[in-house]
Amino acid sequence: MAEPSVSHAHETHEHGNDDQLWDGGQPPMKASYGKLMMWYFLVSDAFTFAGFLIAYGTIRFSMPTWPEPDYVFASFPFVKAHWPLVFVTFMTFVLIFSSVTMVRAVQEGHRENKRGVVFWMFLTILGGATFLGSQAYEWTVLIKYENVSVNRNPFGRHIADGVMVDVNGKEVMENGAPQAVKKNDSYLLHGHEHNGKIELEEKYVRYTSGAYAGQTHKIEEGPKAFGALFFFITGFHGFHVFSGVVFLLIIMVNAMSGLYAARRNGYEMVEKIGLYWHFVDLVWVFVFLVFYLL
Amino acid sequence: MAHQSYEDQKKLVFYGLKLLGIITVVEVVFALFAKGHIIPSVTFGKDGGFGQAIYMLTMIGASMYKAYFIIFFFMHMAHEVRGLVLTVLMPTTLLIWAIIAFFQEGGQWGAAREQIKEKNEEVVQPAPSGKPTGYLLPATMKG
Repeated sequence: MAEPSVSHAHETHEHGNDDQLWDGGQPPMKASYGKLMMWYFLVSDAFTFAGFLIAYGTIRFSMPTWPEPDYVFASFPFVKAHWPLVFVTFMTFVLIFSSVTMVRAVQEGHRENKRGVVFWMFLTILGGATFLGSQAYEWTVLIKYENVSVNRNPFGRHIADGVMVDVNGKEVMENGAPQAVKKNDSYLLHGHEHNGKIELEEKYVRYTSGAYAGQTHKIEEGPKAFGALFFFITGFHGFHVFSGVVFLLIIMVNAMSGLYAARRNGYEMVEKIGLYWHFVDLVWVFVFLVFYLL
Repeated sequence: MAHQSYEDQKKLVFYGLKLLGIITVVEVVFALFAKGHIIPSVTFGKDGGFGQAIYMLTMIGASMYKAYFIIFFFMHMAHEVRGLVLTVLMPTTLLIWAIIAFFQEGGQWGAAREQIKEKNEEVVQPAPSGKPTGYLLPATMKG
């Protein structure tokens, strides 16, 4: 994103003759080199994310069951109860707000208002940092307390109706009645540390319907790929947010120093990082869709 | 953005904030409703059939609208020249086939895995004694 030189002026609105088309005169498609290349970088990045998300869908389609998002993502800081999807909604709002403050920074840049640019960029950075902190919380809950990792997934769903039994086949009682499970009910196998390794609890179910009716089965982990897909895709997005925050900081400091004011190009650098930042929000729309809503 | 006044631009920003916020809240409330968190007996969002298909399409539609708004108004795509819009958006149509093909493939993997499991659990009856079958037999024993 570095400009070759400060004198590389913004001449979008000037119309040179055709000789100048590729010589730093009239830019093709009325967009400066930097902006155009940012767009094409974002196109390629969109394909990377699309590849990841399509891989998620493909693997999910190949599995008989898949963890239920509103069961998995139900923790909220300082709250003991299950609040399904509330925290990720908060995270989404943080990104929407930071996108809005970014648009304001770009607009103030067009007016060559340095104070406005710096103020709105600062709020954008705060939003990005809040999002990263929220993601750290979400990951901590999953990794530390629910024992999800790239190759272990204690979240699953029952494949048929049944009753919980102990290892000897005796029914587990709950409030005086056998504890029943229904098809598609979610479960989480709690883990405990044993000789420095996490071991998941052993639970058994005797199915009363489906192909396994009458048989007792140990409750297995859910689809293993879930953890890897979740951590890689949200991690890749979080890495984008992190790099965005770093670039925003650099550009905010540059704006404060008066570098972009001297260029007299309507704070184009702010506009370019703005494109990137909106793209990060855009990707979150789809990550939110496939991981939390579907 | 030159042809929009500063006040209009600011209005658009707050309109965008309201729009994206409302769509997100509606999406989440609808998700919780469809999956039985508001009325426990309503679970069409995870019935694995027609109800879930409707639910998923609604969610995808709402997300696509959010994506459209972000690209065209926050990223100013609406104010770029046609050539730029096309060079950015046209390549993404390739993803339509990628989604169809890969999801089909995923379904096949699932079916194959299911078949392997079934075959592994199949109890094979031993051949009736006295009358072996197969190819490596004297001609007189055939039939």
